[in-house]
Amino acid sequence: MSGRVAIVGVGWTGFRPVSPEVSYKELMYEAAARAYADAGIDPRRDVDSFVTVSEDFHEGTSIFDEYVPDQLGAAQRPVHTITGDGLHALAAAVMQILTGRFRIVVVEGHSKASNVLTLPEITAYALDPVLNRPLGVHPVAVAGLEASRYLHESRTTREQCAAVVAKNRRHALCHPSAAYGADVSVDDVLAAEVVAAPLGRLEISDCADGAIVMVLADEPTARRLSAHPVWVRGVGWATDSPTLESRAWARAVYAARAAAMAYRMAGIADPREAIHFAEVDDTYAFKELQHLEALGLCAWGEAGRLTADGATAAAGRLPVNVSGGSLGGGHLLEANGLARALEVVLQLRGAAGARQLRGITTGLAQSWRGLPTATGAVAVMAS
Amino acid sequence: MSMRRVAVVGAGMTRFVRRALETPKELAWQAARAALESCGLGLDRVDGVCIGSAPDAFDGVHMKGEYLADGSGGWGKPTMRSFVGGGTGVFVAAQAWYHVASGLFDVVLAVAEEKMSSFYPHAQAAFLTIFDHTTERPLQPNLLWIFALEMNRYMQTYGISKRDIALVAVKNKRNAVHHPAAMLGEADITVEDVLNSEVLAWPVQRLDVSPVSDGAVAVVFASEEAASRITDRPVWVQGVGWNLDTAYWTNRDLAYPEYVERAARMAYEMAGVREPRKEIHVVEPYDPFDYKELHHLEGLLLADRGKAPELVAQGVTLRDGTMPSCPSGGLLGVGNPISAAGLMKVAELFWQLRGEAGGRQVPGRPERGLAQAWGDLMQVGTVVILGTRRPE
Repeated sequence: MSGRVAIVGVGWTGFRPVSPEVSYKELMYEAAARAYADAGIDPRRDVDSFVTVSEDFHEGTSIFDEYVPDQLGAAQRPVHTITGDGLHALAAAVMQILTGRFRIVVVEGHSKASNVLTLPEITAYALDPVLNRPLGVHPVAVAGLEASRYLHESRTTREQCAAVVAKNRRHALCHPSAAYGADVSVDDVLAAEVVAAPLGRLEISDCADGAIVMVLADEPTARRLSAHPVWVRGVGWATDSPTLESRAWARAVYAARAAAMAYRMAGIADPREAIHFAEVDDTYAFKELQHLEALGLCAWGEAGRLTADGATAAAGRLPVNVSGGSLGGGHLLEANGLARALEVVLQLRGAAGARQLRGITTGLAQSWRGLPTATGAVAVMAS
Repeated sequence: MSMRRVAVVGAGMTRFVRRALETPKELAWQAARAALESCGLGLDRVDGVCIGSAPDAFDGVHMKGEYLADGSGGWGKPTMRSFVGGGTGVFVAAQAWYHVASGLFDVVLAVAEEKMSSFYPHAQAAFLTIFDHTTERPLQPNLLWIFALEMNRYMQTYGISKRDIALVAVKNKRNAVHHPAAMLGEADITVEDVLNSEVLAWPVQRLDVSPVSDGAVAVVFASEEAASRITDRPVWVQGVGWNLDTAYWTNRDLAYPEYVERAARMAYEMAGVREPRKEIHVVEPYDPFDYKELHHLEGLLLADRGKAPELVAQGVTLRDGTMPSCPSGGLLGVGNPISAAGLMKVAELFWQLRGEAGGRQVPGRPERGLAQAWGDLMQVGTVVILGTRRPE
């Protein structure tokens, strides 16, 4: 790695179950204006490139990149869209800065999920059109199958998955922007109706609206702009098999590969020692456990017990999803990974308010692309 | 910070056809395999994959990048899909460039795929969904209509005739006769044929427009060190540029593509090109419509505003002219599976600069070429400059 890249500005709006009074453009504008103010930059003058992340079907608009430049101050500038998760866009921005030809790059992700009336039907359009779609399976069944296999092979229990929900929704009570903070018990989670066995209603994150913008800069620029830059020490992303028939159902291979890439870039040999806290994908409760294991932050089959024992709570040995994650904060579609990264930045800045962790210098953000994919991304950040 | 040099070392493509029997995954794989075989690499040597494809509506697949990942060689690898509308095909080459130039990757496979025939009966209806859902979609606009507006504005501003413009379609469809993957090569086509073809949306007639197509193209990018182990004739990425204008296209003067000029200036600056008309030896401007090639030659600063038709009339842009333009046959001749057509232009430069373009080879051993694409709401320009000389 020829240089260093830092996050020097963050801005966000949301996260709320509905936002009928604003359009997606207004959400993006608000987040961008805050990020630019935070970084002390003028987008029309200072930004060399803009990277946005979106998926056409979630937006209800084809080639949605058309509609991003104006509200970001990016018209007639280099702008491109990455499909995938916000952490993919973050990685794209990091790569551009590392080329040495871009000093400041802005990343944007958003969710206007409340506009989407038929999300399961849209998700079903991501199933293979020849082999899977004709079966007419509701896509959440794919998550149910995966959860079954994971629980079986790792010997994780439903109670341990329920402990993830209780923890994250309680964490979210300390986050003013979280949409779904609640005092939910393990018994509440287990008593909820089953949606796709073994997944209960409360083990599935609900969507929220919001937008997140981040300003990234090369080292000299970062030192000039910010007294407390957060350094992106490693990024990684990987895609495991896109076909349901040929993937590893129990293990999150994509997360393991993405983490290996990020750890290599960051020079991390022992993640358990190097990573002080993590924000990982928990769009389904079992996913948090599966991901912690894939990331090498605990042994295979160990995450459930650690969670039930409180080791991954804010006061535990390895705080996980102190923000509340997606279960407590809301599922933000393409912006999920940026929400995870946002919390890592706020914690490393010491700006996390009531949920501030102590004695931390390195954190990890991880995302999963969601059903029915086997794609994920990782970013390792340090103060 | 000195920049890491990036080379193009291989390219491959499928035939462009109206209705492919292959699935999108299979098209992507045919192109990927051809590109890898062209430089003797196996998938194990590929560190990362960039996919260019847009929009999802053509294939009717949500998160199309995920769906295409295995066909594109991305299974188990860092795989990332980008899009900037019709500019995607050239942009994915810029994306592959920054993957390698960042130092994170040594060998990256860029794959662009589009299967427009899945949208039945005609892909044109998919374009309804690119318009603003509140202000424009209720009017049920058609993509041909808005380009007819732009063509009209271009003709009216500079006093250009339909006959001047038809020459571009004739040139490109004749050039495509020598392209083994082309769907619309026609050796005997004349200006009269173009002017007598069916009117679609005046002044656009059927032969002014590129066809709806299926196809895929793949290009292999490598770091300097990796390239030296793969080939002794690398072609270098000398410059990349891209630029997106406002979404409010109705506020734009459609006579001149300013965003293309800005993208070109970004690429020229990186490539150290000061006098593009002397330093660009072969050009593949985006030609989904015949007037667009002219429009883009002007935006690329390769012709004065309103004067590109004169270059065509004088034969300057013929394959054996002093500035060959679309020697591949372009979108008008080879076909237009949107993103694949853009990357086809980058592949064409690779073959031209290596002297491997067969019957399409431009004379005079060109040393530098430029590929450009355009898209969204007459809004985005993407530019890649390749050359045989290693960048400083």
